[in-house]
Amino acid sequence: MATSIADQVPIAEGLFTWPSNDPRLLGSRCTNCGVVTFPAQSSCAACAGTDTETMELERKGTLWTYTIQCFLPNRPPYEGPETPETFRPFGVGYVELPGQTRVETRIKCDDPDSLRVGMEMELVVEKFIEKDGKDIISYFFQPVEAA
Amino acid sequence: MDVAIIGIGIHPFGRTDGVTGLEQGVFAARQALKDAGLNWQDMQFAYGGSAAAEKADTMVSKLGLTGLQFINVANGCATGGSALQSAYMAIQSGMFDVGMAVGFDKHPRGAFTVDPEGSGLGKWYGDVGMALTPQFFGMKIQRYMHEYGISEDTLTRVAVKNYKNGAMNPNAWRKNAFSYEEVAESPMVCHPLRKYMFCSPAEGGCAMILCRADKAKQFTSNPVFLKAAVVRTRNFGSFEVFTQGQALDRADAPTVQASRAAFEMAGVGPEDIDVAQLQDTESGAEIMHMSENGFCADGDQEKWLAEGWTEIDGKLPVNTDGGCLANGEPIGASGLRQVYEIALQLRGEAGKRQVPNQPKTGYTHVYGAPGLSGVTILSR
Ligand SMILES: [Zn+2]
Repeated sequence: MATSIADQVPIAEGLFTWPSNDPRLLGSRCTNCGVVTFPAQSSCAACAGTDTETMELERKGTLWTYTIQCFLPNRPPYEGPETPETFRPFGVGYVELPGQTRVETRIKCDDPDSLRVGMEMELVVEKFIEKDGKDIISYFFQPVEAA
Repeated sequence: MDVAIIGIGIHPFGRTDGVTGLEQGVFAARQALKDAGLNWQDMQFAYGGSAAAEKADTMVSKLGLTGLQFINVANGCATGGSALQSAYMAIQSGMFDVGMAVGFDKHPRGAFTVDPEGSGLGKWYGDVGMALTPQFFGMKIQRYMHEYGISEDTLTRVAVKNYKNGAMNPNAWRKNAFSYEEVAESPMVCHPLRKYMFCSPAEGGCAMILCRADKAKQFTSNPVFLKAAVVRTRNFGSFEVFTQGQALDRADAPTVQASRAAFEMAGVGPEDIDVAQLQDTESGAEIMHMSENGFCADGDQEKWLAEGWTEIDGKLPVNTDGGCLANGEPIGASGLRQVYEIALQLRGEAGKRQVPNQPKTGYTHVYGAPGLSGVTILSR
């Protein structure tokens, strides 16, 4: 188990602020049309503009839609820690961040059957797996009442 | 310049061990030539596609090195439909009188594999377990059910219908008609979609001979006319597979755009269609595509399925050959299979699954990654 922040590595650069006590997802806003995208992009798919600025996204939003992944995804590419014996279905969904965008995310929830469209959700940035002695940090959303 | 289909050929879909994808394409091509009463030497051009099997243009080493213009087509899940659309334009342009559209495929067993990095999604996306197409289908229909009150019952009915039709199709892969209970109780894959609500990657080949409409009667007494062939891609804001950040403002799906353009081109409307093939990657897709193609309002599918209006004897039979659910999805051939079925139906040669009352006008719709749609309208 990695203990210091130096042993914690984000799963991808530029996906969220890290290291941080209050990590946020990073998106971008088009300086021409104002459309917000996630992850941050250097050009705008809405207006074809090429000038964007990186921005921190809202922590809370509502569950716009979801599914429950009921089988262990193929490796590669999947790197999750489960084995066929320990695998438990997990939620995946889109969380609508007010006035910004809808972010596709894994959902942290012990009982995915309790997920409902419209639920309040909040960002969690935490360890996804351990690899080469380091914690690989990723982002999730969880229902607010689970906090 | 109107375009006619004067020959159709198919290699049975499913799994054919020991026969390559290309050989299945060649089989379909020879069948189509025989159906048209023509020889390979008569083909002035061909458009062909395959996603996971051999390059289509290498078919010439089996069919004959005649020097024709052969162009490979690669366009995701609409590869077969795009080959047909290209052949349609080649004749419409006046450059050629007669040629072929052909597609085949042979996918490995299991779900379609995705390379997140090659698709510009970032390695992390596959690492965390989100680069799976069934999740998209589950999420899209979940939202649709929430917005328009579609029930799981309707999802089940679509699958039962398509397997029932497939059981009447000698070229289909799955010829067993699953019962309502078997579908409704099959294992959950990506909520709310269950195992028997999904199609699988498969194998197969399909070919069409096209010619100028004014010359069609020289070759056949029962030509089918291609009144429209359209391919469209996603607009900003449509909900597509592998969209990591989705725009707040929804845009019409590429299917809506392709459908409208096709109806306009053909000069007919949804009410004129007697039989349709709509992309049914899974049950939910067929439901959403009924409305995206203009055949019913959002939410009315609940009633349509309960009343059996998309059954073979219903007011708009949908996926009379069993669709992707019963045929599987060989990407290179899938869109052409739909046109093959409509041509059979319009010619009155669909056997046990023939739509009654001599259908005059038919419709096909293919949809897939990365968010593109192909529509054709045919008449006799
Ligand atoms: Zn813009």
